[in-house]
Amino acid sequence: MKKSVFLGTVAAATMIAGMGMAQEGSTLSQVKERGELNCGVNTGLVGFAAPDANGNWAGFDVALCRAVAAAVLGDASKVKFVPTTGQTRFTAVSSGEVDVLARNSTWTYSRDTDLKLDFVGVNYYDGQGFMVNKELGVTSAKELDGATICIQTGTTTELNLADYFRANQMDYTPVNIDSNAEGEQQYMAGACDAYTTDASGLAATRAAFANPENHIILPEIISKEPLGPAVRHGDNNWGDIVRWTLNALIAAEEYGVTSRNIEELVRSSENPEVQRLLGTTDDLGAMMGLDAEWAKRAILANGNYGEIFAANIGEQTPIGLARGLNAQWTQGGLLYASPFR
Amino acid sequence: MTDVSASAHASFRPSMLIYDRRYRSLTFQVIVFILVMAALWWLIGNTISNLNAMGKSFDFGFLFQRAGYDISGTPIPYTGNDSHLRATVVGLLNTLIVSILGCIAATILGVAVGVARLSKNWLFARLMTVYVEIFRNIPLLLWILVIYAVFTEILPAPNAYRGDDPAWSMILFDHVALTNRYTAIPTLGMDNDPGSLDLGARVTVNWATIAFVVALVGGWFVRRAINAHAQKVQDRTGVRPATLWKNLAVMILPSLFLIWYFGLHLLPPALKGFNFTGGLNITNSLVVLWLALTLYTAAFIAEIVRAGILAVSRGQSEAAFALGLRPKRTMNLVILPQALRVIIPPLISQYLNLTKNSSLAIAVGYMDLRGTLGGTTLNQTGRELEAIVLMMLIYLTLSLIISAGMNVFNSRVKLKER
Repeated sequence: MKKSVFLGTVAAATMIAGMGMAQEGSTLSQVKERGELNCGVNTGLVGFAAPDANGNWAGFDVALCRAVAAAVLGDASKVKFVPTTGQTRFTAVSSGEVDVLARNSTWTYSRDTDLKLDFVGVNYYDGQGFMVNKELGVTSAKELDGATICIQTGTTTELNLADYFRANQMDYTPVNIDSNAEGEQQYMAGACDAYTTDASGLAATRAAFANPENHIILPEIISKEPLGPAVRHGDNNWGDIVRWTLNALIAAEEYGVTSRNIEELVRSSENPEVQRLLGTTDDLGAMMGLDAEWAKRAILANGNYGEIFAANIGEQTPIGLARGLNAQWTQGGLLYASPFR
Repeated sequence: MTDVSASAHASFRPSMLIYDRRYRSLTFQVIVFILVMAALWWLIGNTISNLNAMGKSFDFGFLFQRAGYDISGTPIPYTGNDSHLRATVVGLLNTLIVSILGCIAATILGVAVGVARLSKNWLFARLMTVYVEIFRNIPLLLWILVIYAVFTEILPAPNAYRGDDPAWSMILFDHVALTNRYTAIPTLGMDNDPGSLDLGARVTVNWATIAFVVALVGGWFVRRAINAHAQKVQDRTGVRPATLWKNLAVMILPSLFLIWYFGLHLLPPALKGFNFTGGLNITNSLVVLWLALTLYTAAFIAEIVRAGILAVSRGQSEAAFALGLRPKRTMNLVILPQALRVIIPPLISQYLNLTKNSSLAIAVGYMDLRGTLGGTTLNQTGRELEAIVLMMLIYLTLSLIISAGMNVFNSRVKLKER
């Protein structure tokens, strides 16, 4: 009896391991064969990735997944969203559970090298901030000595927080939480004085509060957090596809290509950059195993970078983030898509 | 006639490996062994090839790198500048703390409830049945989350204690403050601090603590000697000398003397800045986890205790009553010693369960082994395989130690057959 149980366990373990083994061949062919893109997203951060009232995922990161699906599969709806926590996200990428990770993940040295990920670009330039209740009367992060601070485990913010308080010779008590929702609950109940994460995440979290005006985001930004999509290290072609899809969205805004005027531009644009981007002259798509209209479909999915930003997290939305660093380089921001040629 | 046995030996056919009972069991054992080894070999080979494919190595060097993150609730001194190894040890100690506290409390509660379920008081017995059924039939994780939510939502933030007319006030003569982050209790201060014993690795033990432990352990041994002497006198003369006052004296007087000698006093916590300082803040995550583990496991232990008591045949207690033993002595001298041999083996499993269940700590942000080594360290270093393997080994070792200790106890209480 004991033996058969053991054998059963071994057999089960073997099958699980076997499923892991099946991840061979290029990611592009796998995605095409599957007919669906597996995209790792946040478990729920309004504006970036959260299911709406009908259960459809929407948000800034979600839009990127849809653009990649549109470029590769020709259908922006063929995405399976895999919610990942701060702890599970990178394992999900390296184990092949997701093809792309678009989950407010900071591009850092060790993640790029030691964790064997490839960050293919930056879709949001962010920095870590603090949110406190107005009643506390705190106006600067320097006044947080002795405070209890809620923090998501397994994030770069955890390390930044430790560094910042040590550098300023202040004390704090961390309250480790697993997801943004839990952090929200603890913060609202007053179990922590301050909640820290990326400033964009704070704005998104605050937007979901019943009384957002009672909470302020402190002016200090204590770190650089370039958030970007990541893919598995080793499949360079797949990395190229995600990188250039992101670049296409950014370049489209720069060249004034929007989801509304794109059909017209395909027919009439005289700008050679736009022609190459939309595949009307050169066939750039073939160089990475896609067809000529990949970028057109990616832009049509949710619009260009500016449209995605405005629709999900821009100043007209409850989250109300200004473009700031995330404006085009021509507007004084950091967005700078490499040339399409 | 031919020699049957000789001919059987002479004509060994391969089919006999299956059809001959002499060889059959051996054949199957060999086949199973080969299959198990092949599966293991394949699993290990698969792991190695996958690690190679990802360009990852298998080494524990990361344990000596700087951890960089902070931990709330550290039994030994720890800062973000320490290594991942030290963070792991902190996590292990936190696991041990909650497990030991949980085992003790669950045993006390479980025995009480188990006995109460057999009570003749109908309402009381049914109430205990309700408790047992509710707690053992709902997953532990839900209990942890429910109790955590209750603590977070019902208790006030430290801010509620502020001001001239605060919404909440401290209890127990202004010594204890309940908040939704922690319970602030007083620490002990000494007028005459004897200094600390340095154990190395920045771990120190105050000499006063050692003195108290020595006094208590010594007192216990003296008490045992007194009782043994009383027993001897009783056996000889039939009259047991009064030992109560002597026992109390040897247990309490040395401690009282030490309290006076060191000038021990309470330092109550006070609200300063955002939080209570000056006292000891016991985080709610520890209290919640401890409470949930205790309530959950006690429900199982109660059933084990009840089964153990019921396993002692009714004739035993009737015989004891017939000899004139009072109910309490019947329980202590007749029922429990016999029930223990039934209770102990499943109780070991419950202790192991409780220890392993403590790894749910991360749900409430209690930084146990799973939270440090298996959580932040794993995530920051990306050494999943190493961290998980190490964590499995540690839990395995822990469980084997508990199991071995309890087995020794079991062999002492089991029925002595002569």
